[in-house]
Amino acid sequence: MLTKRLIACLDVRNGQLAKSVKFVDTKDIGDPVAKAREYYEDGLDELVFYDITASSDERRIMLDVVEAVAAQVFIPLSVGGGVRTVADATDLRLAGAEKINVNSAAVQRPALIDECAHALGNQNVVLSMDILRVAPTAEVPSGYEIVINGGRLRTGRDALAWALEGVQRGAGELVVNSIDADGTRDGYELTLTRLLSEAVRVPVIASGGAGTPQHLVDALTEGAADAVLVASMVHFGDYRCSELKQALADAGLPMRMRW
Amino acid sequence: MSETVIVDYDAGNLRSVQRACAEVGLAAVISADPAHLARAERIIFPGVGQAGSAMATLARTGLGEALRRRLADGVPVLGICLGLQISLSHSEEGDTPTLGLVPGETRRFQFADPTLKVPHMGWNSITVTQAHPVLADLHEDDAFYFVHSYYTAPADPQVVLATAIYEQPFCCAVGQNNYVGVQFHTEKSGRAGLALLARFAAWDGRFRPLAPAQEGSAC
Repeated sequence: MLTKRLIACLDVRNGQLAKSVKFVDTKDIGDPVAKAREYYEDGLDELVFYDITASSDERRIMLDVVEAVAAQVFIPLSVGGGVRTVADATDLRLAGAEKINVNSAAVQRPALIDECAHALGNQNVVLSMDILRVAPTAEVPSGYEIVINGGRLRTGRDALAWALEGVQRGAGELVVNSIDADGTRDGYELTLTRLLSEAVRVPVIASGGAGTPQHLVDALTEGAADAVLVASMVHFGDYRCSELKQALADAGLPMRMRW
Repeated sequence: MSETVIVDYDAGNLRSVQRACAEVGLAAVISADPAHLARAERIIFPGVGQAGSAMATLARTGLGEALRRRLADGVPVLGICLGLQISLSHSEEGDTPTLGLVPGETRRFQFADPTLKVPHMGWNSITVTQAHPVLADLHEDDAFYFVHSYYTAPADPQVVLATAIYEQPFCCAVGQNNYVGVQFHTEKSGRAGLALLARFAAWDGRFRPLAPAQEGSAC
């Protein structure tokens, strides 16, 4: 039986692991390669690296991190942050990433999704969406708006419409990241997650807000997500990956429990 | 000197396969040279992408023919994902004639349940239906990482080594003589996947399916 996935997201800035609260206030919390290895050994199903390095001059550092992780972690590895062109995506793929996450640059130039899907295959293109809850308007009828540039810039684009367009263009998976929930540890935005998961035929990863194992259960049941993304919960040592997976299995969810 | 070649036909992340091989002590080179393939003592035929473009590249480079010859020589070959799919005779993906190393069809998933997601993406357990050296010692809870929208349907059910379930059981491993193929990404399947690669590295290429049980058979 196909299992639900536990995915850990590692934000990397200048080669160091960072974790933000509500997308500001990032602090460095260690070596991403060591963390990746630790999580892999502890049963993590998939890893996402997000490069939050401000300067594009330092992208080489990220490629080195990806190379080092790929040499010792044998689970799917997804990388995003600053992917603007197929060449960026190809560099990351060569360094060892299976999947490429596109976000802001795809909003600004949607053809990036088509180009990456053509070059890498749909299944390797993940559309990562940062989403803010707003009052529904004619422009944003779902009441969920896409924001870009690390949550700083509102786009006036409806999240549901963008998800559908992204899949149409070739995205093989969606990361649904709630800006409202991110870093709060109050739980995922379940209404949003379910809305998008039911609207598309590609897997949906719930992101932003996890604080307890029950939040993960909720996202995979009420939220209809295929996978849950965690960061703070595991980075600061509050929970171990194996412990979270056990909690999900105990709640009756199909999980990979042997590694 | 014995050499393992990972066939480079511009289809996917071959270095992942190479790194996983290195982890289990199998030194493998990535090569797009048919002459190189012709000397290989062990071949890994991976792949991610589309059947049509993959077949076009294999034909243009001569790699397809080199692979076919080396398989006929008895060299152990491991197909992975698209590598397995295009080892069959035909793919529904773009209605593409494929290599025909193993008779059969590659079909697109069709589900009764319209909410099922495509591709079949994630970790799934497998059931071994035919004992094979490369699939030996699996634990029933071992899971493997899958990403695919098509699955193989070999003409001869005897070559099906294992199945997985995504609404319906489907074939996820194929074995015929010195050819073995897996639908999942064994290089991305944690310890279970690495163990499978290690068994392939040690395999001499011999495999004889068990004859189907027959009433009154002398043996």
